[in-house]
Amino acid sequence: MRKTKRIKSLKKSRFGYFFIAPYFIVFLIFGLYPIIYSFYTSFSKWDGFSPPVFIGLDNYQRLFTNLEFYHSILNTLIIWIVSIVPELIIALLLALILNERFVKGKHVFRAVFYFPNIVTAITIGVLVNLMFDWQTGSINKLLMALHITDHPINWFGHSFLAQIIISAVMCWQWFGVNMLIFTAGLQSIPRTLYEAAEVDGANRFQITMNITLPLLKPVILFTVITSIIGGMQIFEVPLVAGNASGDSTQTMMVYLYNTAFTRFQYGYASSISYGMFIIILIFSIISLLVSRSRKKNTQSV
Amino acid sequence: MQLNSQVKNKTKEQISENYRLKRMLVRGLIYLILIVGAAICLLPFYSMIISSTHSNTDISNKFLLLPGDQFIENYKRLIKIVPIWRGFLNSVFLTVVGTSVTLYFSAMTAYGFSKYDFKYSKVLFSCVLATLMIPGELSIIGFFRLMGNFHMLNTYWPLILPGIANAFGTFFLKQNCDQAVSSEIIESARMDGCGELKAFHRLVLPLLKPALATFGILAFIGQWNSFMLPVITLFDNNLQPLPVMVAMTRGQFGTDYGAQYVGIVISIVPIMLLFAFLSRKIMDGVSAGALKE
Repeated sequence: MRKTKRIKSLKKSRFGYFFIAPYFIVFLIFGLYPIIYSFYTSFSKWDGFSPPVFIGLDNYQRLFTNLEFYHSILNTLIIWIVSIVPELIIALLLALILNERFVKGKHVFRAVFYFPNIVTAITIGVLVNLMFDWQTGSINKLLMALHITDHPINWFGHSFLAQIIISAVMCWQWFGVNMLIFTAGLQSIPRTLYEAAEVDGANRFQITMNITLPLLKPVILFTVITSIIGGMQIFEVPLVAGNASGDSTQTMMVYLYNTAFTRFQYGYASSISYGMFIIILIFSIISLLVSRSRKKNTQSV
Repeated sequence: MQLNSQVKNKTKEQISENYRLKRMLVRGLIYLILIVGAAICLLPFYSMIISSTHSNTDISNKFLLLPGDQFIENYKRLIKIVPIWRGFLNSVFLTVVGTSVTLYFSAMTAYGFSKYDFKYSKVLFSCVLATLMIPGELSIIGFFRLMGNFHMLNTYWPLILPGIANAFGTFFLKQNCDQAVSSEIIESARMDGCGELKAFHRLVLPLLKPALATFGILAFIGQWNSFMLPVITLFDNNLQPLPVMVAMTRGQFGTDYGAQYVGIVISIVPIMLLFAFLSRKIMDGVSAGALKE
């Protein structure tokens, strides 16, 4: 009796393959194969119309000697760093504030802070482009109405200013998400810890510095690591908002897009995608190593 | 010591008076920060709606605070060149179909991993998790080329089919399936002669409903906002979803700001409405998704 039952369940367990089969078939065709196909394409010259020509490592040689590529890496890093630092600080601050018991309308504030993130990035880009237009944009009109400046500022005319605007927009668009993640982390800290600290006579500031932040550290590290991967792929906003400022807002992803889909150099674009991948990999590994060593330090203390 | 004695010398009333004042100040400051933050988040959208109701000369010469009466005029110029409602319908179609496909197959894969103990299931599930780490740009060119080989360019297939293999959805739903679906229920259904696929449809999908709703909203927003894939795989302007149409307004209305603003308004307002009704669910989904990773 027992034996037949076991055989029956063994038989059933093979149905598992049936349930996961669609996933793996589609993943192999539409996920894995294109990755390999990109790699294959990166060794050829292909404009999308005529048949690809095998050219060996030429694309990679061109990539490593191309200033435009290095420039796009630098642009991406600058935009990412200028946006991520204030973004995380603001997110953490707001998460802490909205975790206070006395604040009313928590949900409304959280919703408003998160709202910019669900709006299509490309739409935000077009909107930013219109609002920061130096002759007709509302930002300059506002600054002049408030007498902060007499002359309209040519926002996208200066390369660094243009990068700062893109960073500010990224920050504006993403701090709400990090705030929600921090909030979830804060809510998982047991109330009893705070109460014990209060009994011991600690004030709010001491509690935040000595209890909340150390306990929140893993969540903060998590957001930093995920934002590296996201930040290296900044695309939509610089694509539509930045064009006027020459190439200072050409991020790696925009460079890849332009190379492939406006200059039709698909082979070279494939080598850019692998170059990008290696850079993202390096940064992910660095951040993982840093978080590991941090963990060890805290454990030894 | 000195400080202590000073404090002791003060009457209790003074202390509480001081304390209350300080507390009020701090709270006032905190509310100020929150309100300024909220204003920064919302003002661009306010400015966008206001600008869409003004003529081009007003937009480029004045700082506008109040609505005007040019919305219809701007709208008329917009729809003459960009088929924005067609884009809207395309987006609705793609999002509804894409999200349904993603939800159904993610649940299916999740269920397979959660309730069947087959050979290599652990290894295969690790493969699913590993794909979460692969940045998307690696496959773009290969994907484009492959779709060309399949003659799928300029169709909706490349935008819908890959949704069957959604690593995050599979991961998220497997966690829920482990908890929400008990193996006994499946067993007893088998005893009653219920087939495996039928058990999945009749028992598992209903039990996963809350998780499907949470993930569904995230998938819906992701699909609605998708830009890169449609812009590279679709050539026919009439097939494009809304985000691509909005980007098109920028190229085609170089200086027609009013028309561009109307296009942006049409693309943002539906998301605003969705968010107004579902904000709690959406935000729960974001934090649940992030913490589970």
